Amino acid sequence: MSLAKSPWIIHVNVNSCNGCDIEVVACLTPLYDAERFGVLNIGTPKQADIMVVTGSVNYKSVNVLKNIYNQIPDPKVVLAVGACASTGGIFHDCYNVIGGVDQVIPVDAYVPGCCPRPEAILDGVVAALSILEEKKKGNIKGKEVKLKGNEVPSNA
Amino acid sequence: MTTVIPFGPQHPVLPEPVSLKLEIDNDVVVGVLPSLGYVHRGLEKFIDTKDYNQTMYICERICGICSGIHGITYSRAVEKLFDVEIPERAQYLRVINSELCRIHSHLLWLGLFADGFGFESLFYECWKYREDVLDLLERFTGNRVIHSMSKVGGASRDLTKEQIDQILKTLDDLEPKVKNIEKVFVNNYTVKKRLVGLGVMSKQLAYEAGTAGPTLRGSGNAVDVRNTADWDIYRDLGFKTATEKEGDCYGRTKVRIDEIYESIKLVRNAISKLPDGEIATRVKGFPTGEAIMRAEQPRGEVVYYVKGNGTKNLERLKVRTPTFANIPSLLLMLPGVKLADVPIVVLTIDPCISCTER
Repeated sequence: MSLAKSPWIIHVNVNSCNGCDIEVVACLTPLYDAERFGVLNIGTPKQADIMVVTGSVNYKSVNVLKNIYNQIPDPKVVLAVGACASTGGIFHDCYNVIGGVDQVIPVDAYVPGCCPRPEAILDGVVAALSILEEKKKGNIKGKEVKLKGNEVPSNA
Repeated sequence: MTTVIPFGPQHPVLPEPVSLKLEIDNDVVVGVLPSLGYVHRGLEKFIDTKDYNQTMYICERICGICSGIHGITYSRAVEKLFDVEIPERAQYLRVINSELCRIHSHLLWLGLFADGFGFESLFYECWKYREDVLDLLERFTGNRVIHSMSKVGGASRDLTKEQIDQILKTLDDLEPKVKNIEKVFVNNYTVKKRLVGLGVMSKQLAYEAGTAGPTLRGSGNAVDVRNTADWDIYRDLGFKTATEKEGDCYGRTKVRIDEIYESIKLVRNAISKLPDGEIATRVKGFPTGEAIMRAEQPRGEVVYYVKGNGTKNLERLKVRTPTFANIPSLLLMLPGVKLADVPIVVLTIDPCISCTER
């Protein structure tokens, strides 16, 4: 059985401006139709394979993000969608913004752009699929991210 | 005995993180406690470091759905500080951009709402039609979501003859499509069963709670900033304020569908009256003084306050967004609603959390 034939994704919005979110949803709707790759948007982290994160992380949403990441079963792949999720984007200097998603949880693939086009997001999901297969073969597990409260990362 | 059930911040029907603590008694909501801050970035402070032209791009990124109107309202507020008159063609281009934004936002909401009450095919239908509008916006502004069409002093992009023909043709195709989905939203038995009589707000209560936008008009108050604010273009173009008397989820849905038709008419009128000429004037110097600008977003009234101090950076930028005004009315609507209907009532105000928290 191939996991990559039907990956289930969970879409997590941490501190995003909605722009990337509506493009992620647009991927799932008829024009771009990610379902033809077997991609299904699922509400619960317990059944998800790919975590699609939009938005830079802030001090309140950081624990939500860690919590959801820890609940996803292995093998799991994290896809950071948009400039904010990748690096913090134009908000990286804001006082409430920690930075990109990779400051908090390990990220496997990035989709740049503000906002990325649905084609780019689909490309990112397809790239994530091969990483997912590799992780499954190599039995690579995502490490547990500890909930410590609203801490500041060491390089901030 | 009451039970407290958390709704959000991560919830299948909510595209954005907002947390509501629902106090439940026997499956009926008796109390609600909202918790915000999951999308707070601190943009009003952030603009300290940017000059007033760059701030336009920050304002557009307050929210990705109504981004065009955010940018336009900010530009108009700063133009008021400078006391400059922008070319008439730029005003019309802004109206066209605003109304296309409104059409796409309402179709988006109708889709998410249909998904909220479990009507998957209707959700897909709405989003399919929305792509037509996004194509227009992309041809016009160069981008699907963040448009950056407006700038301080006018518009940064012009419409060509071919683009105008394309807009008119797509809108002609779009109107019967919207009629199709309207039939389902208004007449379908299952939809009516879910929406009629749910989350009722009386005319008086909606007014007193300071509600804005379609939520206010769904309760029978004909308040639309496009009519009342000091932007003459809309009065010249002429449009009807859509209202419904019901004050429930069904009424608010009908208001939004009617507004799509009105916006289509407005775009057509604006194109027919589109004057020739320049699209931007040069703005020189640094802003001083303070100004307030109001505009009607898809979700309701947005208020911009800007204060300049004679340097290139603005001293203060304050934004009052429609969802901020609508959250108190949501708290009034929810008590008495069954737990299973909570997502529908929450969606019915068209919550835009990233606008609210900035």
